[in-house]
Amino acid sequence: MTDDNIVLQAKGITKRFPGVLANDKVDFDLKKGEIHVLLGENGAGKTTLMNILYGLYNQDEGEILVNGKAVKVDTPNDSIALGIGMVHQHFMLIPVFTVAENIMLGDETTKRGMLDRQAVSTRVKDLSHQHGLAVNPEALVGQLPVGAQQRVEIVKTLYRNAQILILDEPTAVLTPQEADELFVIMRGLTERGVSIIFITHKLKEVLAVSDRITVMRAGRVVGTVTPKQTNQAKLASMMVGREVILKVQKGKAKPKEQILNVENLHAIDNRGLESLRGVSFEVRAGEVLGIAGVQGNGQTELAEALTGLRSTKSGQVTLMSTDVTGKTPRPIIETGLAHIPEDRQKHGLVLSYTVADNLVLCNYYLPPFARGMVLQQEAVDTNARRLIEEYDVRTPSPYVPTSKLSGGNQQKVIVARELSRDIKLLVASQPTRGLDVGSIEYIHKQIIAMRDRGIGVLLISAELDEIMALSDRIAVMYRGKIVATVPASEATREKLGLWMAGSGID
Amino acid sequence: MDWRRFSVIALVIAILFTVVLLIGQARDEPLVIITSLMATTIAVATPLTLGALSGIFCERAGVVNIGIEGMMLGAAFFGWLAAIYMNTIFEMPPLLSLIVGVIGAILTGGLFALLHAVLSITYKVDQIIGGTVINILAIGITGFLNRQLFFESGSIFGGNVPHAPGVLPRIQIPFLVNIPVVGRIFEQQPVAISAILLVIISHYVLFHTRWGLRTRAVGEHPKAADTVGINVAFMRYANVVIGGFLAGLGGAYFTLESVPSFEPLLTNGRGFISLAAMIFGNWSPFGAWAAALVFGASQAFQIKLQLFRDVIPAQWAFLQNSYIVGLTPYILTMLILTGIVGKTIPPAADGVPYEK
Amino acid sequence: MQSNEEQNNSRENPVKKLLKTAGNTMLVPFLAVLTALIVGGVVIAMVGGNPFYAYLGLFQGAFGSAKAWSETAVWASPYIFAGLAVALAFKGGLFNIGAEGQLALGAVVAAWIGYALPDMLGVSLPTIVHLPLAIGLGILAGALWGAIPGALKAYTGGHEVINTIMMNYIALNMVSFLLNGPMKDKSPGNVIARTPEIAESARFTPIFEGFRLHWGFVLALIVAVVVWWLLWKTTLGFEIRTVGSNPDAAKYAGINVKRTIILTMTLSGLLAGLAGVIEVTGLNYRHELGFSVGYGFDAIAIALLGKTHPLGVVLAAILFAGMRNGGTRMQFLTQIPVDVISVIQGLILLFVAADAIIRYIYRIRAREERLVLTRGWGG
Repeated sequence: MTDDNIVLQAKGITKRFPGVLANDKVDFDLKKGEIHVLLGENGAGKTTLMNILYGLYNQDEGEILVNGKAVKVDTPNDSIALGIGMVHQHFMLIPVFTVAENIMLGDETTKRGMLDRQAVSTRVKDLSHQHGLAVNPEALVGQLPVGAQQRVEIVKTLYRNAQILILDEPTAVLTPQEADELFVIMRGLTERGVSIIFITHKLKEVLAVSDRITVMRAGRVVGTVTPKQTNQAKLASMMVGREVILKVQKGKAKPKEQILNVENLHAIDNRGLESLRGVSFEVRAGEVLGIAGVQGNGQTELAEALTGLRSTKSGQVTLMSTDVTGKTPRPIIETGLAHIPEDRQKHGLVLSYTVADNLVLCNYYLPPFARGMVLQQEAVDTNARRLIEEYDVRTPSPYVPTSKLSGGNQQKVIVARELSRDIKLLVASQPTRGLDVGSIEYIHKQIIAMRDRGIGVLLISAELDEIMALSDRIAVMYRGKIVATVPASEATREKLGLWMAGSGID
Repeated sequence: MDWRRFSVIALVIAILFTVVLLIGQARDEPLVIITSLMATTIAVATPLTLGALSGIFCERAGVVNIGIEGMMLGAAFFGWLAAIYMNTIFEMPPLLSLIVGVIGAILTGGLFALLHAVLSITYKVDQIIGGTVINILAIGITGFLNRQLFFESGSIFGGNVPHAPGVLPRIQIPFLVNIPVVGRIFEQQPVAISAILLVIISHYVLFHTRWGLRTRAVGEHPKAADTVGINVAFMRYANVVIGGFLAGLGGAYFTLESVPSFEPLLTNGRGFISLAAMIFGNWSPFGAWAAALVFGASQAFQIKLQLFRDVIPAQWAFLQNSYIVGLTPYILTMLILTGIVGKTIPPAADGVPYEK
Repeated sequence: MQSNEEQNNSRENPVKKLLKTAGNTMLVPFLAVLTALIVGGVVIAMVGGNPFYAYLGLFQGAFGSAKAWSETAVWASPYIFAGLAVALAFKGGLFNIGAEGQLALGAVVAAWIGYALPDMLGVSLPTIVHLPLAIGLGILAGALWGAIPGALKAYTGGHEVINTIMMNYIALNMVSFLLNGPMKDKSPGNVIARTPEIAESARFTPIFEGFRLHWGFVLALIVAVVVWWLLWKTTLGFEIRTVGSNPDAAKYAGINVKRTIILTMTLSGLLAGLAGVIEVTGLNYRHELGFSVGYGFDAIAIALLGKTHPLGVVLAAILFAGMRNGGTRMQFLTQIPVDVISVIQGLILLFVAADAIIRYIYRIRAREERLVLTRGWGG
């Protein structure tokens, strides 16, 4: 391995944000034609490093070398000129533009002052054929399924002659089969001389696809290994810095009476399209029903419909033998619902409020927190102190605004609030998204604890591993319907993956 | 532009014109009334059109601008001031003074817009508050200077309102103006004509040029634009200032084309009605222009009814009252905002300051 | 032991905490006013005046004597109510630019009750009945004028900025019609568009002999406390503030967002209507066309200067009232036109809104979060 093989190198990169050292003297190199995986848990500093390489951030210290020469990468224009392209975790696409418009943005071809959409279209089609990435230049991006949008993002980089491709958590939005297809495309690209940096936190795919693996933790590089030299357990402990128990400890489930019954639920999404097309299932006391599926198949709308945040077109929802179809959140909460929402900062918390106030967000109007219309501050304070201790929320005081808490602790506030009430059903939507391993372990423990206490748990998650680890039964959602329901013991990744992709009803 | 909206516009204008026609036919030829209404509509819709275009450029780039009223007011005053200054102190001929006035108005609009841009983009002040600041400042400054310069002895103009150099002359559009009967519509003043031309130009720029694509990108998903190397702050600044120029031209209408004098608060809500036109037109130039025409028609309605007030039949006497009739544009605006004419979709990142 | 931060954050020793917080929060507004006065001084100098004499006259007229204080307080009463109206709406995430129209309608209704009711009923009414009646119906009018844009926003998503402004023009037209027509003061020789004077029984009595300061001012202070209590000590206030901070989370938590929006705008309109009522029952004893003009924007400036907190609003209202009151004296003494006050007030608002500018000039670090209202036009 000579040095002329190294196409991209980062030396001693350091980046500070207020209150956090995101990258601490990071060294990283990429060889020509390799797939180099950058592995680490949420918050390890991987995306920061890539954003620096791509020119969205500027490093405080350190240098970047391309093909051996030191370069300045101050803006994305610089990195694009150097042949670096990036596909972000959250797509950088404009939904109301066409595919062609999105691809040409920033590098527009014009003819006599006017945008030359035709020329762009032709070039896109050529690239599409060349690399096996099916895209339709005239389609509106907002109407494309997620996998297609990702292909558009990749074509966008190839349109600019990228030789170095950075992919940030690309498989987060794909079924296992689609992920395999992506790996095939990646191999095709590397055979043509493109070098790829692949960021992920999923251990399984790392070993399958990488030539080398660099693990980051808390802003530092822990080490670089090849797949042959390591295994999942070793990688996990490199990621976290201690022994990680990869399996969740849980006993057998003892499901009892029916808590939730959903019958033939139909609902419309924000674009006016049918997103729930007749969903039916039940959840029993003392079991975890996991809803698996790629994001965008109706899970968000299902959670919203069950918790009163979205109106339904038809169908019935029964909670503890009370019909709660179409009701607003308050009566449903009063019937015994707890909801850990998908977007904790948007729905779950009022960031400017103190921890104490957020802890009574759902029941501030009930005794002991209120007598008639008057708030009882002492009761709120006592409650806050108790819950902070019980749920181990790391905060300097109950009166700190929750915006100052880490993601994991913010989620703990929500969990503390929801689980400390007298509840019968817990709806948990993507409960561990964006959290560090410690917080993920904690929340998984809480979910199992709830189950064991006799509460019915509906777990909606795009992380297949999480579904398989926690659920007693697994249902798969595809295009607004439940296409399969199996006991967890009978579920395999392959079967679930096929159902998630809508094929092979077995 | 969908049919529902189009038919509502056509319907409202038809109703307004019909009422005037029914009342006024006792006095004038019906065709004359209609053409006169249409000509007036186009003229009075001018500031609304320009205000709406101003709003479109700002908001398509992602900056909410409710300071259009203040920009117009400031532009109306300073443009008028410049024209009078040139005419009185430098003794320029009237037409030239007026042209200088128009340029002054445009630049004033741009200056106010620059302030709004600095507040909204660099200091990330809440954009509605920032727009309100612009409005308040404009009212204060124009009121103060109006008093100082024209009503205090010892000022440059000697304490009197000097004779203004009139208004911009009407231009006759060749060929079209010769069409029998309807030709009257094609005789308009320059700002009014510019407004229509600018609608066409704006549409072209927004949807068929590189500038327009980038502007819209920055208003829909600024982060995406940033990642392909577009300078979000620059695009927003530039478009807000362009919006300022357009609002400035709209302000010029009031004091240099409509009536040759300035009155405090003479814009009278037109800047805000422009915003309603912009929303109703779904942030597109032609749509906003159609909405502006509806409001223009309601004003033409008001003007013509005043003309015919003595032939209004007894049971419709309330129409004689200018206060009642004057409510039409405002009530119309509120009705339109209720969305009975369908959903409107603003640019996705409208009003959200961009943080890297 | 408790760390320093914990001591600051605990609810023990509230007085000390209050003083410290007050000091910190008032710093930027104070500097904003100072800077605006400096810039205003430059403007005064540019038109040939002497800023020092001008400000001396201003201060004399505002706070220089017992009479001055009385006048300032009298002018402050409607400002306090209008400022509270806008501040309450801000806390609920709403922008009420309609204070002007709500005020005018409140004033007109109160005036009508004040001068027309005894004649209509044929009897004279005791103050204890007449005054509350005028107040009650006046604030009802204001509340209605606030409820309409509130309902439009809640049910159609129509943005309250434009709707309240339209309601202002509609109210103005209605009031013009009334004041030039059926409600016009028909006493001989009068050409001004105004109502007749209201009966004695509908007026707020002065507190001290010889000064105009009346009990309406005390009412304003009481209402400020009530608003504070409402916002921070009641469930309704919690709902209003939650909807204002994060309507999505409010909905998720079970709060009826639509109902809260309507209530917020109604209460806001009610307070603005009260401002108009106070004008009629305590200040001028009639309503004159044009009184309400400018109140809307002044109320916004007062609310922002007072950082949307009732205590701040009271202080800011007194400042604005002082400037208005002192401006006439300033003009009398130095011939500087009173319009320069509106320029200064505009500058105050500019510096308060863009407090980052003030922080930059005076090198202060940012502490709290920004006030954010703009969520686009919805729809």
